[in-house]
Amino acid sequence: MEKNRKERIFLDPLIRNNPITVQILGICSALAVTVKLQSAVVMALSLTFVVALSNVIVSLLRKTIPNRIRIIVQLVVVAFLVIVVDQFLKAYVFDISKQLSVFVGLIITNCIVMGRLEAFAMSNSPRRSFIDGLANGLGYGFILIVVAFFRELLGSGTIWNYQVVPQAFYDAGYMNNGLMIMPPMALIAVGLIVWIQRARQQKKEEGK
Amino acid sequence: MDRNKNSYIFIYSIILVVVVAGALSLVAVLLQPKQAKNYEIEQKRNILSALKINVETKEVESTYAKIVTEIAVDESGNEVEKDDALVLYKAQTDKGLKYVFPLSGKGLWGPIWGYLSLDEDLNTVYGAYFDHKSETSGLGAEIATEHFQSQFSGKKIFNADNQFVSVKTNKRGAQNENEVDAVSGATITSTSVSEMIESCLNKYLPYIEKSRR
Repeated sequence: MEKNRKERIFLDPLIRNNPITVQILGICSALAVTVKLQSAVVMALSLTFVVALSNVIVSLLRKTIPNRIRIIVQLVVVAFLVIVVDQFLKAYVFDISKQLSVFVGLIITNCIVMGRLEAFAMSNSPRRSFIDGLANGLGYGFILIVVAFFRELLGSGTIWNYQVVPQAFYDAGYMNNGLMIMPPMALIAVGLIVWIQRARQQKKEEGK
Repeated sequence: MDRNKNSYIFIYSIILVVVVAGALSLVAVLLQPKQAKNYEIEQKRNILSALKINVETKEVESTYAKIVTEIAVDESGNEVEKDDALVLYKAQTDKGLKYVFPLSGKGLWGPIWGYLSLDEDLNTVYGAYFDHKSETSGLGAEIATEHFQSQFSGKKIFNADNQFVSVKTNKRGAQNENEVDAVSGATITSTSVSEMIESCLNKYLPYIEKSRR
């Protein structure tokens, strides 16, 4: 029973209770940074780092945090981690940090982060909070990567900046779909994923 | 301990903020050299971009070192050694000698900057590079696109009477060889680009006129 619960903390946010497709949180950045796979992966890793670590820190502090300023304390912890991530990206992957621009800073306002702190870390042990944060970050990252894969493939004909659509296709009249690069197509892509997932989940639940 | 007492809340928040601020300063100081290096490479890449040379990040420094030399001039157009003088760049490209002038100005929402390269005659524009801090995407931000920047190639900064007129953006489209098309819907940013080029090149005018002769 106990083991089962731990597994669910990890597995639920990946698919069944995915922050993007089921809870519809963190959509804004999911639309903005999924033009290229590379920036999506960096964003996914950054967010996972922030959620997991802020969950641990807040969980460690949970018995000392004064109830009246708990949101402020949570914000300070999140802002701290986000600035650290931003500084590291600027130092080590400057080109990608330029592409991500304001969206790294906006992790602070990502509903997934505050949501997990309030809903989970404030009332669970550091270890469980870490697993919960990690799983939610990965669940978010998984959707980002799926969306970015299709947007980059169809929009630019590349994957991870490597040309995958052969030149012969272009010579034969194939063109990159410019719409895929625009934000509306990200919304449609996320919408399609939500649709597929909900349709399948419903079937499963009806079958029970 | 009563966690809702005012004194507890005050002490708690003070400690929290001091600890976080200390940790952040430490991170900032440790990463500073690495970031400064990145900004330097970025600047060199932009200068190369104004010279229409696009290379991988790894090769920026070696390419830059091979073709670009920095020189400084004073207000009357003489080359000087001082650091605080006006800086410009001479580049020996495979298309001949080019001069690169740094530009900086004010856009609609924040600073804009760039580099303009001139041919050896110090009249014909060879290439241009612009960037911005926070112009409106889709409108003012278009100045950072290849589409806008490539218009500058071949334009002249002196008119037919040999008067310095700079290169201007025109909302009605380029009318002569001293004008380029402005960005539709971004009047203020377009005008800012004109003003930036004119005021920055103006500072170098004594040097330009001296070297043209």
